[in-house]
This record gives sequence, C-alpha cells and structure tokens, in this order.
Amino acid sequence: MATKSLQAKGKDLAIANKQLEILNGGIFADGELPYFKDNIAKIGHFPLRPKKLEILQINVGYMCNQVCEHCHVDAGPDRKEIMTRETMQQCLEVIKNTGAHTLDLTGGAPEMNPNFRWFVEEAAKAGIKDFIVRSNLTIIRANKKYYDLPDFFKKHNVHVISSMPHYTRGKTDKQRGDGVFDKSIKALQELNERGYGMPGSDLRLDLVYNPSGAYLPGDQMALQADFKKALKEDFNIDFHNLFAITNLPIARFLDYLIASENYEDYMYALVEAYNPSAVANVMCTNTISISWDGWLYDCDFNQMLDLKVASKVKHIKDYNEDILNDRNIIISQHCYGCTAGSGSSCQGTVA
Amino acid sequence: MADSYYDPKDLRKFGKITEWSENLGTKFFDYYGEVFKEGALTAREKSLIALAVAHTEKCPYCIDAYTKDGLQKGITKEEMMEAVHVGAAIKSGAALVHGVQMMNKHDKLSM
Repeated sequence: MATKSLQAKGKDLAIANKQLEILNGGIFADGELPYFKDNIAKIGHFPLRPKKLEILQINVGYMCNQVCEHCHVDAGPDRKEIMTRETMQQCLEVIKNTGAHTLDLTGGAPEMNPNFRWFVEEAAKAGIKDFIVRSNLTIIRANKKYYDLPDFFKKHNVHVISSMPHYTRGKTDKQRGDGVFDKSIKALQELNERGYGMPGSDLRLDLVYNPSGAYLPGDQMALQADFKKALKEDFNIDFHNLFAITNLPIARFLDYLIASENYEDYMYALVEAYNPSAVANVMCTNTISISWDGWLYDCDFNQMLDLKVASKVKHIKDYNEDILNDRNIIISQHCYGCTAGSGSSCQGTVA
Repeated sequence: MADSYYDPKDLRKFGKITEWSENLGTKFFDYYGEVFKEGALTAREKSLIALAVAHTEKCPYCIDAYTKDGLQKGITKEEMMEAVHVGAAIKSGAALVHGVQMMNKHDKLSM
C-alpha cells in the first residue's frame, strides 16, 4: 500500500512529460499498436471537438486523506496544491453565468480544502441543476470536524458520488488502505440515515467502481446488481447507481502498471476493447476541468498530464464559454481508457 | 519461431486463426461469443465454469484469460479457488472411480 505520492517520493512519473513520453513512445511509436489519433480519424472524429458544455468539473486541490494505489491525481496527505478563496471567487463568477447544468467538485478529498464549505454554500446559491461532490467516504469518518458532512451535503442538496472498489473488505483495503472498507460502510450507512441513496429519494448517492488492478471493468449493470445485492444483504446499504470507471494509464496507476510489468498487456487490452461508438460521447466533449490554480483542461486526466486546453482562453480569470467551446481537444494514448468497451467517464459508461 | 511452446503474447494473436480459415474461424468466434452471453446461466457463472475447465484442460492461455475475466466481473479470489477445486475434484474423482474397475478385475482374476 502506498503511503506517499509519487511527487513526495521524487519519482520520474510525477513529471507529466515523463508520462507522456511513455504514452507516446514504446509500442505505439514502433507501430505495434495504433495511435488514438489514427483510430478516431478513421471515423471522422479527428480533431476531436467539444459539443455543448454540460459539466464544469472543479478540482479544489490534490490533498487527500488516502493514498490509493491507482490514483490518477497522485493525491495524498503530502500534496499541498489547494485552491485559494480568490480562485474560488473566479469559479463562482463562472458558475453563475455558465450554460452547464452540472457542477462537479473533485480532488484529492475536496472536503480538506479549508474553504470547501464556504465554496459549496456560495455555489449552491447559483441554483445549478446537479451539484456533485466526489467524496471518498472515509473523510466523513477521518476526523470529528468532518462528522457532520452528511448533514451539510443534505442541507445544500449535494449529489454525493463516492468510490467503493468492491463490496468485500479485502479488495477495498488492498486498493485504498487498511480500514478503508469499514469506514466507508459506516459513512454509507450515515448517508442512508439522512435519506441519501434510498429508493425514490432526491438525495442522490452514486458509487464509483474502478478495478483494483491491471484489468478493465466488467459490465456496469452486472456489477451494479452485485454491489446492490451484497451491500444490502450484508450491511443494509442502499445507493442509486454504480459507475464503472476504467483506470487510465497515468500517474500512480501508470507507475503500478510499469512496476508490475503489466503496462503492455494493459495497453493491448485498452486498444483491443476500443469502441468507436464511445468516441462521440467521451466526457471531454461536454466537460471543462478546472485545476486548483485556475487553469483549464479538457478533462481531469489532461489536467494531471498538464495538457492545458488548446484555446486562447486557458485560465479561469479569462473564462469565455464561446471561445472555449471552439477548440480542438488534446488527446494521447491515455484516451483509449475512455473508449474501451462501453466507454468510461466520471459519470460511468458512455456507449 | 519461439523457443518454447507457450508464449503469453500468443493469446493476443488468437483472433488471427481466422486469417487462415475465415469461414471456420468466424463461425468459432461467433459461437464462442454467443456461449458466454448472459443466458439461463449468468455471465458470471459461465466465467467460473470456464476457469474450472481451463484448469482441468491445463490450458495456460485459458487460465490467464479467465482469471482476468473473473476479476473484471468482480469475482473474488476465494470464489475462483473454489471453482478450481471443483475442477480438481472432478479430475481426481474421474481417476479414482476407475479404482472400481481395478477392484472388479482383481476379484475376477483372483480365486
């Protein structure tokens, strides 16, 4: 189990360019596997262009109470990148005027940003239709100051999306750390007590499943049925939807793939599972990702690879939706992760 | 030519068998795909059966493929190992039940 971020360990793969060298080189550069660009060109999707903006995803900081093995953010307690109140103010101006119907707060553990509650209170006033906070669940039990988060979420009608790698203790703790399973179960029960995730409830509680290793997620509906049955029978837990998300080969997951000698097989699996019908709906076509320091990206993965949007508007202080939407989306071989099988996005499958 | 009979990378090339006999190869893969679809048995149950048979057939490609398939379907290692034991029990049972033949023959030949 990891205890420090790649950045704190001073590892090469903490540097975005080093990751891109791997993704653009090796089996792709020598022609063994096709570049993502070539595959989407065959179906007329290159350059990849945005559709109508639907989702503003704001990463309020990379600090996290967990150090998950697969984390594409390389988040952890040692990360100090935290969005300031000034940048949040700039985000609020955008939230008030955006055409997007969904606001999606992520991290790290977004709750660890000292201005998190203020930001949620202010953002909720904008009346955006779907207000998501991606909570890792254990944060709710990490410290007394977070115990009231379920009530806080309910007060502001926040849609909670939480990671849950498996419905068994062993698999969950292996990916996320000892004790994560029990804390997550307790947090889910507390959310259920407030009405979150209950059948017919407007308080939305969705779970995110991503594989605990070098393999792709199975069928989302089948996994959802297994999760629902097991969590209900064993812990009387209810939730709404399960999103099966493919691990993208960047940051800590890329480090794991290389160290475990699974990188080539994993890239083969992604390319073999490439589904052309997923391309039109990949999330970068309806999302803008905003980093802790206000830079704009096509998605959270491009943010971690430091691939800023290819637009005159690159920072939240200059935000202009019309100019931003007239851009080409930046792609590389990690994008195969979003087009494998039924496709993958922060909202689950796309095809 | 590889200098060993089994190379894990060969599994990736399985689909290529169709290139040398398109009609039969296509028929096989269509059939294979159809068999593993959700039916009276779930895809999950079929994956575990495949894993057990992979072991009794001692097919390294199949073992790799259905261990991965099981992980993708959220099957736990305990479930996988029980499936392997089911296969192993049938294999050992199949050997042992021939003991009756031995006993029959022994008794027939003995005074």
